[in-house]
Amino acid sequence: MSRIAQRFAELKSQKRKALIPFVTAGDPNPTVTVPLLHAMVEAGADLLELGVPFSDPMAEGPVIQKACERALAHHVSLHDVLDMVKEFRQRDTATPIVLMGYMNPVEIMGYQAFAQAAAEAGVDGLLTVDMPPEEAGDLVAVLAEADIDPIFLLAPTSIDERIAKICAAASGFVYYVSLKGVTGAANLDVAAVEHKVEQIRKHTDLPIGVGFGIRDAETARRVAAVADAVVVGSAVVNRVAENAEQPEKINEAVTSLLREMRNAMDKQ
Amino acid sequence: MSKTNLPDASGHFGPYGGRFVAETLMEPLDELTAAYEKLKNDATFQAEYDKDLAHYVGRPSPLYFAERWSELLGGAKVYLKREDLNHTGAHKINNTIGQALLAKHLGKTRIIAETGAGQHGVASATVAARLGLECVVYMGAEDVKRQALNVYRMKLLGAEVVAVESGSKTLKDALNEAMRDWVTNVDNTFYIIGTVAGPHPYPQLVRDFQTIIGREAKQQILEAEGRLPDALIACVGGGSNAIGLFHPFIDDEAVAMYGVEGGGDGIDTPRHAAPLCAGRPGVLHGNRTYLVEDDDGQIIETHSVSAGLDYPGVGPEHAWLKDSGRANYVAATDTEALQAFHDLTRFEGIMPALESSHALAYAAKLAPAMDKEKIIIVNLSGRGDKDIHTVAGLQGIKV
Repeated sequence: MSRIAQRFAELKSQKRKALIPFVTAGDPNPTVTVPLLHAMVEAGADLLELGVPFSDPMAEGPVIQKACERALAHHVSLHDVLDMVKEFRQRDTATPIVLMGYMNPVEIMGYQAFAQAAAEAGVDGLLTVDMPPEEAGDLVAVLAEADIDPIFLLAPTSIDERIAKICAAASGFVYYVSLKGVTGAANLDVAAVEHKVEQIRKHTDLPIGVGFGIRDAETARRVAAVADAVVVGSAVVNRVAENAEQPEKINEAVTSLLREMRNAMDKQ
Repeated sequence: MSKTNLPDASGHFGPYGGRFVAETLMEPLDELTAAYEKLKNDATFQAEYDKDLAHYVGRPSPLYFAERWSELLGGAKVYLKREDLNHTGAHKINNTIGQALLAKHLGKTRIIAETGAGQHGVASATVAARLGLECVVYMGAEDVKRQALNVYRMKLLGAEVVAVESGSKTLKDALNEAMRDWVTNVDNTFYIIGTVAGPHPYPQLVRDFQTIIGREAKQQILEAEGRLPDALIACVGGGSNAIGLFHPFIDDEAVAMYGVEGGGDGIDTPRHAAPLCAGRPGVLHGNRTYLVEDDDGQIIETHSVSAGLDYPGVGPEHAWLKDSGRANYVAATDTEALQAFHDLTRFEGIMPALESSHALAYAAKLAPAMDKEKIIIVNLSGRGDKDIHTVAGLQGIKV
């Protein structure tokens, strides 16, 4: 059983929902990231999404765009990100890590080389925003051999036929993008999310994570009531950004937000 | 096998093209594909498009024998396909007319576009004004500064111009921002992509709207010379004017094709915009194609004196034509393009766009090496009025 499946199985038996924070690797500088990952786990994160910086992050709102720019100012590459995962694994072998980003850094490294290096580093899943299942056949096969879960997005515009196709290609969990828009948007409609999550459940037994637009403890609580996992990106990265000039304050700024979310999610 | 029956059903040209976008856009792209497949064979839609090309754009554009310039070059006869004479001054309008009609048929009330130099932005704002559609044009903040005249033109036409401050603040970032708008407003918005790149079906539908260039040129050269040309030359940024000229000739194997990229300071320097000559394959802006990128897969800021060529990617069909050997891709430097700009202006009284000047610069190399009976067609894709400030500035003159 993959580390991701294992973690969701544990959570299910505990009747808890997963909290999945996202940070961009190397934001605002490369030394911050690994200690921040550990701190997030201590504050209640169940899985981690680690963003691979990219020069052209088409699906991101301004908050994560700027995080990419801060990391790229330090030339943080996919190789560097894998090194960070390797370092994280020295102290934590239980918490699943999903790399999240865009296809081109993986394309240039090569699918085989990436899968091998990522598996060795201790990566559990790969989510590339611009890689729908239609294009992902070769990649999915290579990832499967390396025991890395391909995580795919579902969207409000996904019709039943697509939901079925995507769920068939996915493993680990599926990620429902809660709104039409970019990361960090403000128009989350929890009732609509609930409706769509029910629709997705008809097609898969995989856990369903929901992300985009979850900004505080209250939205985290409400989304956790309908989904299996809550993904928090821009709200976390905002805390990083606010402290970019004083990185020693980042861990506390991020973990205080995660603790609020964790408490709210566990109360129900 | 014919090389003209691509893309395949999933939008691929061999390994290139495809649809690399966020899930939210997949269903809208399927809808667009289905609508386009239906309309492209619909006589009423085609009649509407042809009528607009004739009466609004002013087609057919002439195929002009540049006799004096040909004599100066001392070799092949050079013909110019005069896309510069189209309404709004470039080939861009062939495509925006077509896509605006699609938008209308899909019931969209708002159009968005990205622009570099501003030509596609102007062409989009123009058709939006004519059809009464809301229009938002994304333009890199650097380009907004460099192309103040076109920014004002778009505003006069009623478009909102958004200066994009992210990334390198140029065309690629404008495209990113347009994609972000589209994913947010997909219900009422049609994205008019300006070149033969982006996710399927854009490379196909933009090409189809631009092939009017090559179809006319073929008929015109047969009328003028009684035979097909020996070579075609066109500049390649994203590559829409080039594919428009090339595509109807692809199965005529004796016709050589040359796509000319923005060589900037030279393709052996870091400052160029020549993915086909000096890049490698990758995934950006919805398709797999050649890119100017670094070893980590980050996209590198490009440079060309011509804003319309200043883009790190290229249409996937060009990537495929390169690999298959059917077309040749070369580069002209800023200096070579400027020389061609001045020469054509002085010897023919035609002021070419700096983009088109790259194609002319390669013609100036190729023609002298060919016999006087040989025929070259150069796509004069746009007029140079928009570039007068740039050219004057390079000569230290304030206009």
